Amino acid sequence: MAGLVRRITDDMPANSLAPALEIKGLRKSYGRPAVDGLDLCVRPGEFYMLLGPNGAGKTTTLRMVSGLLKPDSGSISIFGIDAIADPVAAKQIVGWLSDEPMIYDKLTPLEYLEFVAGLWSVDQETAEARAHELIRWLGLKDHAYERCEKFSRGMRQKVALAGALLHEPRLIILDEPLTGLDAGAARLVKDVLTENVRAGRSVVMTTHILEIAERMADRIGVISGGRLIAEGTLEELRERFGKAGASLEEMFLAIVE
Amino acid sequence: MSPPGSLLWFARFEARLAWRDALSMLTAGRIGRQRKLAIGVIALSIFLHGVAFLVLRFITGEVRPDLPTLVMVTAGILLAGSAMLAQAMESVTRIFYTRSDLELILSAPVQAGKLFAVRIAAMAFAAAGMSMLVLGPFIDILAWQGGARWLGGYAVLIAVSTGTTAVAVALTILLFKTMGPARTRLIAQIAAAIVGGMFVIGLQVAALLSTGTVSRFAFLRSPYFLALVPNIDSVFWYPARAAMGDLYALVLIVGGTAALFLAITARYAPRFADYTLTAVSGSHGAAERQSGSRSFRVVPASATLRLKERRLLLRDPWLISQSLMQLLYLVPPAVLLWHDLGRGSTASIVLVPVLIMTAGQLAGGLAWITISGEDAPDLVRSAPLTASRLLRAKIEAVMQSVGIVLLPFVALLSLISVRQAVVVALGSAAAAASSTAIQLWFRSQSKRSHFRRRHTSSRIATFSEALVSITWAAAGAVTAISAPLAVLAVVIALAILCCVRAFSPRRAA
Repeated sequence: MAGLVRRITDDMPANSLAPALEIKGLRKSYGRPAVDGLDLCVRPGEFYMLLGPNGAGKTTTLRMVSGLLKPDSGSISIFGIDAIADPVAAKQIVGWLSDEPMIYDKLTPLEYLEFVAGLWSVDQETAEARAHELIRWLGLKDHAYERCEKFSRGMRQKVALAGALLHEPRLIILDEPLTGLDAGAARLVKDVLTENVRAGRSVVMTTHILEIAERMADRIGVISGGRLIAEGTLEELRERFGKAGASLEEMFLAIVE
Repeated sequence: MSPPGSLLWFARFEARLAWRDALSMLTAGRIGRQRKLAIGVIALSIFLHGVAFLVLRFITGEVRPDLPTLVMVTAGILLAGSAMLAQAMESVTRIFYTRSDLELILSAPVQAGKLFAVRIAAMAFAAAGMSMLVLGPFIDILAWQGGARWLGGYAVLIAVSTGTTAVAVALTILLFKTMGPARTRLIAQIAAAIVGGMFVIGLQVAALLSTGTVSRFAFLRSPYFLALVPNIDSVFWYPARAAMGDLYALVLIVGGTAALFLAITARYAPRFADYTLTAVSGSHGAAERQSGSRSFRVVPASATLRLKERRLLLRDPWLISQSLMQLLYLVPPAVLLWHDLGRGSTASIVLVPVLIMTAGQLAGGLAWITISGEDAPDLVRSAPLTASRLLRAKIEAVMQSVGIVLLPFVALLSLISVRQAVVVALGSAAAAASSTAIQLWFRSQSKRSHFRRRHTSSRIATFSEALVSITWAAAGAVTAISAPLAVLAVVIALAILCCVRAFSPRRAA
C-alpha cells in the first residue's frame, strides 16, 4: 500500500506552510441557520474528525468546503487558496467523498476513473497507473470491466473512494464514508485514509461511529447548531471537560447535551 | 370493510398509492396545487371537447357503418390499442424489474398473487384512462351529434385496454422465458417504444408509398386501400361496430377481451412474484462485462464529459427506447426522401418542418438527460472546472448527438434541394439550441431514471419547448418556399424564447 500513496512534496501545488483548511465566520442559512459563524482550522498532515448530532451542520460545512454549496458569508482557505474567490484552483487539490456513493451505473470502475482523470486533468500515464493500482488495492480488480449497476453498496463506495483519490488530493474530505460498509470494506477505507495522512495529506471526516473517531483522529471538532462548540485532541477534550479516562462517546454526549 | 389480504383490500391499497403518485406527478410534488390542478383538468377537458367538435362538426345526422366509416373507426381503435399495448408492456417490464415492496409482500402471510392480479388490473385501468382522456371528447361529441349509441366507444376502449394488457403480460412473459431476464428488459422496452408509434408511422409510410401523400386520412379513404381491406361482414370490423353501438358486437368484444384478461391474470398473477424475483436477482447477479473498452484513455475535460454522456445514453436501453419514440417519427421522412430521390419532386418540402420539429424535441430530451438528469452531480460540481465550461461541454454533447441523427437526412435532402437542406440545417440548429436553452433555464436536479417525469417538473418548460419547436418548424417551412413571412416566424420564435427566459426560475433567482 505504501507505494500507492505518494508523499506530499514541495513540487505539489499550493502553499505547504498554510493550514490545510481554514474556515472563518462561515454562514449558510436555509431559512434557519445551518452553519452559523463557524471557525475551524485543520493543520497539514492532520486527521481531523468533525462530530456532531444530526442536523448540526457538518454536511453543509463540508459541502461548502468542497465547492458544492456557496456560503452566505465567511471565508474558506485551502492550503492558502481562497476557495470562494478561486474555486477551480481549490478543487484541484481537494478530494470529496459523500456518504451516498454517486457513480454512474452504466460505466465500469475503470471508465469512471477515466472520467475523473479527465475532469481533474490528470495526465494519461499517471492516471492509468494510479487507476489500476487503486482498483487492485481496493479489491475491485475482478470487477474492473463490469458495469457498476450491479455492485453492492460497499463496492460502489470503493469506486467512489478511488475516484476521490485518483488525482492525489492534498485535502481529503469525507462525509460519513463508512455508512453501510461491511467490516472488510470499512477496514480498507480506514487503512487508505491512515496511509494518506502518513504521506502528509490532510483528512477531514465526519462520522457517527465514535470508536473510529477515538482511534483515528489527531484532533476532534464538535459542532452543534452550526457552531464549533469543542475542539482538541482526545486528551485535551478530557481535560477541558474534566472527564479523565472517559470514552469519546461519554464526552460527546456531555458536550452536546 | 374488506378483510386484509383480500383482493378488494389490495385494490384499495393500490388505488390509494396510484392516486397519490398521479397527484404528485401532476402537481410536481408541490402541495396546495390540487385546486389549480382541478381547474386545469376542467379547462383541458373543455378544450379537448372543443377540438373534437371542430374535427367532427361536419358529421350531421346518422352515421352508417359503411366500409369507409368502419375503416376510420377501426384506425382510431388500432391507434389507441397500439398506444395501450406499448404502455402496458412498459408497465409490466417496470413491475418485473423493480424490487420496491417485493420483499415486504413476499414476507407477509398473504397470497402475493392477489396483489399482482390487482396490479395487472391497474395497468389496464391506467391504459384505458389515458385513452379516454384523449378519445373521450370525440366519443362525447359523436354521442351528442349522433345519439347515445356512440357511448359504446367507452366500453370498447375498456375492452381494448384489458385485451392489450393481457397480451402485454403474455408477450413479456414469453420474452422472459425465451430470452431470459437480462435480454427481456432491453427487448421489451424497445418493443414498447416501437409498438407505440408503429401504427401511425406504418400508416404514413404506406400512404407515402401507395398514394404519394403524407395524409393518413386520404390514404384510409382511398379506393386503393378500401379494395385491400376485409369484406364489410368480416369479424375484423366488430370492434368498430361495437364502438358505433352494435350491441351484439359490443357484447362479443367486451366478453372476449374480459375472458382473455381473466385467463391470463389467473394463469400468470400467482407466478408474477417468481418472475419478479428472477428478474431482480438476475439484474443484481452476474454483472455485465464491458467489452471493447479495455484501453484507459484520458481526454480533456470537455471531451470526457461528452464521452461520458454518449456512453451512458448508449448503454441505457430504457433511455434509448424513450428517445427512439421521437426518432421513429423520422421514418416517414426517410421513406419520402428515398421515394423522391432523383424524381425532382417538391413533396420533400413537407420534410423541412418535420425534421426541424424532431431536432427540437430530440434536443429537449437529450438536454434534460445531460443537464438535469446527472447521476453524480457532486462529482461533476467538485471537479476543478468552471460552471460555464461544464455547461458548455454538456450543451456540445446535446448538439453533437442531434447533429449525428440529422446529418444523414440533411445530406440526402441536399441531393433533392440544396435550399431545403440549408433551411433544415439552420432551423434544426435553432430549434435544438432553443430547446436546450429552455432546459437550461428550467433545470432541476434529478435522476436519469425520472426521464419520463421530466414534463411534470415544469409545465411552462414543456409547453414552451414544444411551442418554440413548432414555431421554428413553421419558420423553416415558410423559408423553404421563399415566403417573406419567414422573418415573422423567426421573430415569433425569438419572442417566445425571450418570454420563456423572463418566466424562468433562473431569471427570477
